[in-house]
Amino acid sequence: MDKLIVFVRTTLTLSLYLMVTSTYAAGGADIPMDHAEIEPGNISSLQRGARNFMNYCSGCHGARYVRYNTIGADLELSEAQLVENLMFNAEKTFDTIRSSMSSEDARRWYGVSPPDLSLIARSKGADYVYNFLKGFYIEADSPTGVNNLVLAGTSMPHVLWELQGYQRAVFSEHTETAGDGTSVTTRHFEGYEQATPGSMDAEDYDEFVRDTVNFLAYIAEPIRSERRKLGTWVIIYLLVFLIIARMLKKQIWKDVS
Amino acid sequence: MARVEAEVGKPKGGFMQWIDDRFPFSETMRYHVTEYYASKNFNIWYVFGVLAFVVLVIQLLTGIFLTMNYKPSAAEAFASVEYIMRDVEWGWLIRYMHSTGASFFFIIVYLHMFRAMLYGSYKKPRELIWLIGMLIFLVLMAEAFAGYLLPWGQMSYWGAQVIISLFGAIPGIGEALVEIIRGDYSISDITLNRFFALHVILLPLVLIALIFVHIVALHEVGSNNPDGIEIKEHKGPDGVPLDGVAFHPYHTSKDLVAIIIFLMIFSGVVFFAPEMGGYFLEHANFEPANMTATPEHIAPVWYFTPFYAILRAVPDKLWGFVLFVASVLLPIFLPWLDRARVKSIRYRGWIYKSALGVFVVTFMTLGWLGTQPAESVYVIMARIFSALYFAFFLLMPYYTAIDKTKPVPDRVVYHG
Repeated sequence: MDKLIVFVRTTLTLSLYLMVTSTYAAGGADIPMDHAEIEPGNISSLQRGARNFMNYCSGCHGARYVRYNTIGADLELSEAQLVENLMFNAEKTFDTIRSSMSSEDARRWYGVSPPDLSLIARSKGADYVYNFLKGFYIEADSPTGVNNLVLAGTSMPHVLWELQGYQRAVFSEHTETAGDGTSVTTRHFEGYEQATPGSMDAEDYDEFVRDTVNFLAYIAEPIRSERRKLGTWVIIYLLVFLIIARMLKKQIWKDVS
Repeated sequence: MARVEAEVGKPKGGFMQWIDDRFPFSETMRYHVTEYYASKNFNIWYVFGVLAFVVLVIQLLTGIFLTMNYKPSAAEAFASVEYIMRDVEWGWLIRYMHSTGASFFFIIVYLHMFRAMLYGSYKKPRELIWLIGMLIFLVLMAEAFAGYLLPWGQMSYWGAQVIISLFGAIPGIGEALVEIIRGDYSISDITLNRFFALHVILLPLVLIALIFVHIVALHEVGSNNPDGIEIKEHKGPDGVPLDGVAFHPYHTSKDLVAIIIFLMIFSGVVFFAPEMGGYFLEHANFEPANMTATPEHIAPVWYFTPFYAILRAVPDKLWGFVLFVASVLLPIFLPWLDRARVKSIRYRGWIYKSALGVFVVTFMTLGWLGTQPAESVYVIMARIFSALYFAFFLLMPYYTAIDKTKPVPDRVVYHG
């Protein structure tokens, strides 16, 4: 028992040490990242997100690994609902989500072909997408008239401008003069201010983006909720098995002295 | 052989006799299982050999099913992994088990190696077991490295790019060697294909053969124990070591408990955190490989990062590579670097205990530094800890020789 305590204590000390050293490294990014706070179990939020995605994203972005019938089954939508509300660019329910825009056209119009969004919430993270969709601000000399705080210089126009309206980003400038006389100016983001109103107020737009991101997180790993459910049962099963194995071990070892 | 025949000689008749007349089945079972005696005072550190074997089986089985659905081509590899994750029945589970298994293989093997350092398991007469073990470790690294390219994500591609190009630092043959490994002027479909062949055929075969030899060598000399005492020196009248208990049913029943606890932890990761915060499955690897876009920050998977940190700590490319290789190979010489007269840490003095403690912290810190960008204070830290890493091995002949050891008891310590 003593040895077990020593073992546990050593492990804890080491992990604490690693935690301390890694927190030290956590700082760095100067762009504020708000938490998306999505609710993966909220089916109606996911349904709204699916509607948002099909209406506002799928014109340019595909999700080539995602099938409509998977969405239907997981989001509790009937085939008729799928066909009527979501399948704007598909014939069969087992089709995958393709964008309405060809990649040749996209390259001609935007210089790049819009990324496939099947896995965007896994590669970049839900928070990134959430902040990106809320991060468009007016920049007059950009080809799209906007820039983005999260992805500076993005080719994507502010597709959701009708909903959000346009906002300006407020920066403060700090100039630091180094010892050798060179000065470095850094821009620090202070906040947004609304330039033109959209059809939604800030709260509704936030909800709209959150639902959309929730849906993107779902399509990035449709099995997520099922694996967690199954995992609980697997662990319970192993726990029962553990008790039996422990009794067996005790029985076999009882005459060892 | 003659000895065994005398024992086996009793006619059993029936099917088993028919087999035993043609194949040494009962004899092998006795030698390796029912009459293989290992110390009764094994503690938690002695489960990692069996657990490594469990993970090997997990990797082989899940690997076979992945191979049935995976497409080893640059055009299709990434999509076929997503196909496995989404469309293949239970494909997600098989894939997560395989990716989690890879990381757990290294966690377990590192703990297994650390056990040898705690209890002097590499010392005479077990030097060869250690050497074969180190060979297994090297092959495992190659196996993991080849496997990591297969999902053909951004980190697969750029991680491989960084590591393969290291060989270019070798003077003279470097560039040619890099081309031979890649089979092309850059990492391409050809590289993917050959890595697939290595990952699913050659390296697993070598791995299984080496593990077999590792176990045969172990059973020849017998297992060490937490006291570092040779239990064969105290045998009862029946020739059985007094402190030993048979592998089966004693150690197997104990191992079964360990295996279940391990499977619970393993399932915890597979079902609740398969990405393990980006350490087991790196976020950037969910983006398909793109040879025209270098990711901002390239880090190999966590199990290579201690050595990667040493590589980056050196400002010179060639010397970085030399120290990187040296850091991986140095543990091979442990049986001869360690001059202590006792095996187990229980009877060693404070010097080795402190050195080993510092080494553990060093290895973990290097591992963490390898995941961070090589900037400012991290570079300095990496240099300090690299120096400590090498000092642990290179100064070992000195500090283990002067370390005051305690008397070792005749028989193992067992509290029942």
